[in-house]
Amino acid sequence: MNSEKDVATHATQSESADHASGFVLRPAVDIFENGESIRLFADLPGVSEESLNLEVDDRTLTIQGDIALEMPEGMRSLHADVRSRCYRRAFTLSNELDTARIEASLKDGLLTVTLPKREEVRPRKIEITAG
Amino acid sequence: MFGSITNWEGDLFDQFSRLQRDLDEFRGASPGPANIRAVARGSQPAINVGVTAEGADVYVFAAGLDQEQIELSVQQNLLTISGECPAIQPEGANAYLQERFSGKFRRVIALPEDINPDSANAKYRDGVLHVSFARKEEAKPRQIRINQ
Repeated sequence: MNSEKDVATHATQSESADHASGFVLRPAVDIFENGESIRLFADLPGVSEESLNLEVDDRTLTIQGDIALEMPEGMRSLHADVRSRCYRRAFTLSNELDTARIEASLKDGLLTVTLPKREEVRPRKIEITAG
Repeated sequence: MFGSITNWEGDLFDQFSRLQRDLDEFRGASPGPANIRAVARGSQPAINVGVTAEGADVYVFAAGLDQEQIELSVQQNLLTISGECPAIQPEGANAYLQERFSGKFRRVIALPEDINPDSANAKYRDGVLHVSFARKEEAKPRQIRINQ
């Protein structure tokens, strides 16, 4: 069993380097794999469909999103656990994933990405014939 | 528009005091009296609280919640938020990373003393629970006219 997938490795180092504010939030993720696909769940509270940017460039999957909140004018911060308005995290994808068939959905700030494996690499059951 | 609530380090002095606080924490020194209801950094779910002259706004960052499972109660100026973040565990799948918070949570937030608990208004949108309160009428700032 191939135990460590590339997709499960840490985000790339250039993650926050090029962002203007210099500080981005790293969304928490859950990653699962079965025979057919790898599924990724990311917490992006405050991100709407319009402000989400999901990109696959070559072998890198980048999740990026901006938090948009309704805020009255002249607000002063009393307490802030969340200290940036931008999420960003990237993963490298391994070869057996079919990047053309990636599916994603966003509901209540929870992003679900399904990365299907190519047909030819899916596990097959081998029939043992009695000899 | 967003700046104030997340941009904690408003000016240079704020940044210095935060650095000082972080260093104190790192050395294990007590940075002076803490709020009695203070919670450890990294408590889940993440919460931002902002105030204006007219009221107070609480933002709870909790993605993928079932709205029915969120419980909100307010007693004087203490807002209690509790609920449960369902864990995701697809059947027959191996997990690689499981960083997302799951399970029951409960957080108590001390709001300014002069908020009106009856004015609470809550909505859950894009994974953020936004609870807003108005200040009591007598606490709102008002213009004072100078009589001739």
